[in-house]
Amino acid sequence: MTQQLKGIGASPGLAIAKAIILKSEAYFPAKSQVEQPELEVQRFRNAVREAREEIGQIRAAAEEKLGAEKAEIFEGHLFILEDPDLIDVIEDKIGSEAVNAEYALHEVSQSFIETLNQMEDELLRERAADVRDVCGRVMNRLRGVENVDLSQLTDECIIIAEDLTPSDTAQLNLDAVRGFVTEIGSRTSHSAIMARSLDIPAIVGVGPDIRSIQAGATIVMDASEGVIFVDPNPEELASFGEKKAKYDQRKAELAQWVNRPTVSSDGHRIELAANIGKLEDVQKALDYGAEGIGLFRTEFLYMGRSELPSEEEQFNSYKYVLEKMAGKPVVIRTLDIGGDKELPYMELPKEINPFLGQRALRLCLERQDVFRAQLRALLRASRYGNLKIMFPMIAVLDELLEAKRILEEEKQKLVASGVEVSSSIEVGMMIEVPSAAISADIFAKEVDFFSIGTNDLIQYTMAADRMNETVSYLYQPCHPSILRLIRNVIDAARQEGKWVGICGEMAGDLTAIPLLLGLGVHELSMSAGSILPARELIGKLSRTEWETLSKQALSMRGQTEVLSFVQEHQ
Amino acid sequence: MITKTFTVLNPAGFHVRPIKAFVQAASQFPCKINVINKGKKVNGKSSLSMLTLGIAAQDEVTLEIDGEQEEEAMKVLGELLVKIHE
Repeated sequence: MTQQLKGIGASPGLAIAKAIILKSEAYFPAKSQVEQPELEVQRFRNAVREAREEIGQIRAAAEEKLGAEKAEIFEGHLFILEDPDLIDVIEDKIGSEAVNAEYALHEVSQSFIETLNQMEDELLRERAADVRDVCGRVMNRLRGVENVDLSQLTDECIIIAEDLTPSDTAQLNLDAVRGFVTEIGSRTSHSAIMARSLDIPAIVGVGPDIRSIQAGATIVMDASEGVIFVDPNPEELASFGEKKAKYDQRKAELAQWVNRPTVSSDGHRIELAANIGKLEDVQKALDYGAEGIGLFRTEFLYMGRSELPSEEEQFNSYKYVLEKMAGKPVVIRTLDIGGDKELPYMELPKEINPFLGQRALRLCLERQDVFRAQLRALLRASRYGNLKIMFPMIAVLDELLEAKRILEEEKQKLVASGVEVSSSIEVGMMIEVPSAAISADIFAKEVDFFSIGTNDLIQYTMAADRMNETVSYLYQPCHPSILRLIRNVIDAARQEGKWVGICGEMAGDLTAIPLLLGLGVHELSMSAGSILPARELIGKLSRTEWETLSKQALSMRGQTEVLSFVQEHQ
Repeated sequence: MITKTFTVLNPAGFHVRPIKAFVQAASQFPCKINVINKGKKVNGKSSLSMLTLGIAAQDEVTLEIDGEQEEEAMKVLGELLVKIHE
């Protein structure tokens, strides 16, 4: 029977492929009834046999490396897999209760583990670990779980996981991965943002039901609706096919916008840029007609590895992006680590409030070795294109001045040593802390541009963690208080003749776009996949229309009112 | 069915290695073998269940054997219970 699951569509698209399950540490299988218990028993036996083979191989390797005595522990593990009170009891349970093998295995093994854990004798308590280890192996075989190297996947697949870390997402081999489905997460979690920037369908926040998915099951995912079919029947496959055809047609319609400039119906020009996280994203940005890179999240060069990238490696990455964009503007943000993005090898102290802690530029000013290496790489790469350097997470003017001073120092040193550095590098800052937005007039005198990072600006303004489901309702991009902050920033920049971009999720939100344009932004930077729908929408709007809209929205009482008002006028 | 009680002599009690030897021997017999310690009865052919008995030195362990070759099983397994393993 087809199983249907529902989650949050985090990155649109439709996909069909086999499930690959990513290992998660704590696994509590859901109980489900099986129609043919004898087949389920057979599946269990196969898993036990595979686990035996695996243990046998480990034992042989251990014997060679550590000697026969040390390898004896694996002998004991094989013995556990012959134990009638474990194996026969599990098989009986599957047969008599018609339950899935994972559930039976978990229940029976857990009762042994608990009993052994309660023994007074330490040696006996240690046996609980053996039972857990052995049964964990069988469980992994049942679930088809392996320690998957995400960059080495070659067959078409849909990844099923508890969650994907940003570095997992960054490593995905896009030739094979058709989409991903996660147990936890929200539309604004990092994996969701990455999925949109990679333009692959993603459904997040499915909940514990996701654990019933078996490795190798056929998965149909409709990420626009947030629906997943496991082992679909022919009718469902057919309806999926129709939907996919429509989706493809819509894609084709949008494709005509790729090489057109972004112009409103009354001839007003806007720049649409792409946010990127890694080098491969640049091609995607160009394929979707990006007129620049509005945000290069350099932290992804630092993540998913065991040591800092060298200056040379960074230089090559920045040079690659600049050359690839061939003179189009490229805004590169300096390292923005901390908060929910960790770098284990930097051994940052644990903070009670990481989002209010030593992250991003605050950290760079502390770890100047890291910061200066990045700035040198950026300066050296500057002559290969149109580079703009941007500092994240600035709260007070002193931070900006200090960052600029260090940049200037590195520049002078490079020039003195004969290195060619572009003379037209614009230097800007992110506006993502309310203090910076409020004092934008002061900052505007010191920068060439602002880029408003709406994700953080909203969460800091609302004092609500967007990842915390209980308060995520406060993540309200179109709330008048956010719009007022944005207006303040734009007005301040305009006074000084500086330009303003938006590089948060809000920039690609079709409802928010008319409001942002009405407030006077010059550039919108978004996931590559959002560019064409945005360009199409802007082509239908006029400057007078969006100015009227935003003017009225600014004085409304809340986001709900703003949203219904915008929708009425679209 | 026959029943007999033995005193475990192994100073370290009845742990992984002796249990393994016991279970391997028990599994050779077609009869049903129960092991009872401190009022708890388990299957003598299961090392995991035997472990949960937590048999210590000087424990009085009862074997309850029923079926084909029960006499022979009692002899072999009883010897294993009192044997001192290294």
